[in-house]
Amino acid sequence: MQTINQMKLEFSSVPENEGFARVAVSAFAVQLNPTLDVLADIKTAVSEAVTNAIVHGYAERPGTVTVSARLRSDGILEIEVIDQGRGIVDIAQAMQPFFTTQPEKERSGMGFSVMQTFMDEVQVESSPGQGTTVRMKKRIETAE
Amino acid sequence: MEFDRRRDTVTAYVTGELDQCSAQSIRRELDQLIEDPSVRRLVLDLKNMRFMDSSGIGVILGRYRTLAQRGGTVAVRNMNAHVERIFLLSGMNQIIQII
Ligand SMILES: Nc1ncnc2c1ncn2[C@@H]1O[C@H](COP(=O)(O)OP(=O)(O)OP(=O)(O)O)[C@@H](O)[C@H]1O
Ligand SMILES: [Mg+2]
Repeated sequence: MQTINQMKLEFSSVPENEGFARVAVSAFAVQLNPTLDVLADIKTAVSEAVTNAIVHGYAERPGTVTVSARLRSDGILEIEVIDQGRGIVDIAQAMQPFFTTQPEKERSGMGFSVMQTFMDEVQVESSPGQGTTVRMKKRIETAE
Repeated sequence: MEFDRRRDTVTAYVTGELDQCSAQSIRRELDQLIEDPSVRRLVLDLKNMRFMDSSGIGVILGRYRTLAQRGGTVAVRNMNAHVERIFLLSGMNQIIQII
């Protein structure tokens, strides 16, 4: 599949960058003239993945989060959110609705479910001690 | 956060973005508003909330727990379609009234 455009961001694992990352990716997606609903879906999914990298991946030690986006000629937007943090031991369990390892922080365990609902495809690769990559795809429906 | 109080009900007007970054301060402000044990109902007005992700679910459910312990309730109003999807996804609508 041909790449029409791509971008890559690297930033520190601080909460202030959650807003920065979702706005940046949504600004990148705007060139396809997506509907507002599609933009809101993308923003929310990016926010979930970046928040997870910051609060789970880099829970013990801060690090760098990488977000990249690729626009394909078939109108699909691919997004990757990567951390080199603690990783996930059991990915299937982590993706279950309501599963959280931080209930004491009032987390609801719904982040992955939100990503899966708002994107067309969500893939997670992770190994303990190495980090996590979340790959998401979304077909961009264009506004008239 | 702007709010008004009428008898046992506090209505809080959430503005801006509710994500993990803002969750802590919003949580703190809401906890102050419902600190008084005579408050039995918290209404969250989301009209001017521009963004919410799963961190918002945690914030709302956490306040629900506090109020439920004293026999109280939480309701939300003026939710946009996007936030409503997150609401339904998490099943929050089963314990938090949408008005
Ligand atoms: N990047 C990551 N690195 C390490 N662990 C992760 C990462 N992303 C998710 N996890 C693990 O997967 C679990 C589920 O993530 P999910 O986003 O669904 O819920 P949550 O973050 O715990 O709660 P919420 O998103 O509702 O605030 C997390 O509790 C955590 O244990
Ligand atoms: Mg999460």
